[in-house]
Amino acid sequence: MDVSVKNIRKEFDRFPALNDVSLDIRSGELIALLGPSGSGKTTLLRLIAGLEQPTLGSIHFGREDASRKTVQERNVGFVFQHYALFRHMTVADNIAFGLTVRPRGARPEKAEIRRRVGALLEMVQLSGLEKRYPNQLSGGQRQRVALARAMAIEPKVLLLDEPFGALDAKVRKELRRWLREFHERTGHTTVFVTHDQEEALELADRVVVMSQGTIEQVGSSDDVYDRPNSPFVFSFIGDSASLPVELTDGAVCFDGRPIGIACRPDDIAPGKGTLFFRPQDVVLVDDPAAPALEGRVAASRRLAGTRIADLDIGRPGAPRHVEIEVPLDATAATGTNLRFRPTRWKTFAQ
Amino acid sequence: MAHERRRLHSPTTEAPAARYTLMALALLFLALFLLLPLAAVFIEAFRKGTGAFLASLGEPDTLAAIRLTLLVAGIAVPLNLVFGVSAAWAIAKFEFKGKAFLTTLIDLPFSVSPVISGLVYVLLFGAGSALGPWLKSHGIEILFAVPGIVLATVFVTFPFVARELIPLMQEQGTGDEEAALSLGASGWQTFRYVTLPNIRWGLLYGVLLCNARAMGEFGAVSVVSGHIRGLTNTMPLHVEILYNEYNFVAAFAVASLLAGLALVTLVVKTVLELHYGAEISAGRKH
Repeated sequence: MDVSVKNIRKEFDRFPALNDVSLDIRSGELIALLGPSGSGKTTLLRLIAGLEQPTLGSIHFGREDASRKTVQERNVGFVFQHYALFRHMTVADNIAFGLTVRPRGARPEKAEIRRRVGALLEMVQLSGLEKRYPNQLSGGQRQRVALARAMAIEPKVLLLDEPFGALDAKVRKELRRWLREFHERTGHTTVFVTHDQEEALELADRVVVMSQGTIEQVGSSDDVYDRPNSPFVFSFIGDSASLPVELTDGAVCFDGRPIGIACRPDDIAPGKGTLFFRPQDVVLVDDPAAPALEGRVAASRRLAGTRIADLDIGRPGAPRHVEIEVPLDATAATGTNLRFRPTRWKTFAQ
Repeated sequence: MAHERRRLHSPTTEAPAARYTLMALALLFLALFLLLPLAAVFIEAFRKGTGAFLASLGEPDTLAAIRLTLLVAGIAVPLNLVFGVSAAWAIAKFEFKGKAFLTTLIDLPFSVSPVISGLVYVLLFGAGSALGPWLKSHGIEILFAVPGIVLATVFVTFPFVARELIPLMQEQGTGDEEAALSLGASGWQTFRYVTLPNIRWGLLYGVLLCNARAMGEFGAVSVVSGHIRGLTNTMPLHVEILYNEYNFVAAFAVASLLAGLALVTLVVKTVLELHYGAEISAGRKH
């Protein structure tokens, strides 16, 4: 089921939580809504589900205008951050809930419900736990029961709010892979909310990066990591360093001096801007005469297979703090000066 | 060595002498002010034997008082059950203007003397009030009749269910309800199969306290009842009348019924707190 969000605005007490957001989700896609807290990602998910009503704009499921429908009529599978399992019902009753509350005509027979619950439990690999209560399950098991419960109503769209947020790191990694496989098997259009970029980049077909109630960028993991389209996305996704620069005469200058990188067609027009690069996309410059960025090593630390150097760049009065990766054998003693230049970078106008 | 040993008890524990003094004081106080009077009620009730006890309970006026008390509680408790659940639902699950005011208002009966609560109804429905003559001309009796007693009781027992449920429902949030709705359940189904089971023990606890107060209320009911024997006397009022007539055995016999109710309430309350502490807010927050 295609889902398209059209010019959605959502206000809470006149404060806009979402501002003119549009998004097209293709059928069968696994989409991540990624952003810091307060970026509106959960609000967008709840709007798609029908748990909130938009102030302006509409949401379409296929050709249908879903925004005219109630949450019950939309037939979405929603998995809540804290699972919201019904604590007084067994696992089987939880999963069957969406079927047992249907009006008599649409309700499957008891035996059929039992069969479907069995099949769903098998799908989430929890067979044999029918009679348990939610408080007798581990976090990961509860998460999967919540997923099975949402799947029981054969939803058009599966929506997950911070699906791994309440789990410990190890279970989180396992479930992440499991969810990916689950999605490949069932092929449901799936949208999940996360603030964990690693999770979003690893799991999703496309990542929607959000900030302050707007969508900053939509793209594959490669797109948002390698071709960020805004300073926010560059600094939010992955590690990065930024410096105020000026582009003149085809060269990028910092503190009035060229730093040894030439302007490319996709750089901004001459003038003031901000230079972004990633710590690993730099090369050390040994020739003292060659133009380069120069910084004083404030500290350096070993990080797995690399060494990270913290540099203070620029005037002594107001240095800019920048982190770069240096080869393990490079001397980066505290107090010495290091010269380097970015090999991959992006400039944004100020 | 002795010096070493004295320091071994935990820093927040007092020396044994202080501990035993405190415990003895508390127990003495309890015995003097709670257990002794309670025992006195039962001793007085049975002073002239079981026969006299039963005979005094069999008096038509006493039976009428018991019936009236059951009737009043039977009306007031369900009313406050419905009101309490709806008020708690509104306050815990929705945002609206005047919410803080409503919360404060619910507590009003707790902060007002019961006599004032009764007087309010006298002022509202009495002969001197604006409504009084109209009621009289239409033959509607409220004061010095059952409706007035029910109204006063409802007023006084108003907060019990709501106060119990509000913190409980606030803590539980709306997640379960949203889950049920997203699975296609209607509003009523969501309430019936999700909300109600989540609050059932807290609700029972609130109803229990509400009932105990409804049956035991004296002040407010005393003002509106008119003390008509066999007609508008509830059990607590009847106890007073019998006592003032020096009919001690009968007075204490009826009082022992109320005391028995209190004991049963206490036991059920303790059992609820023991087994469902997590699902009862009062156990932790009051």
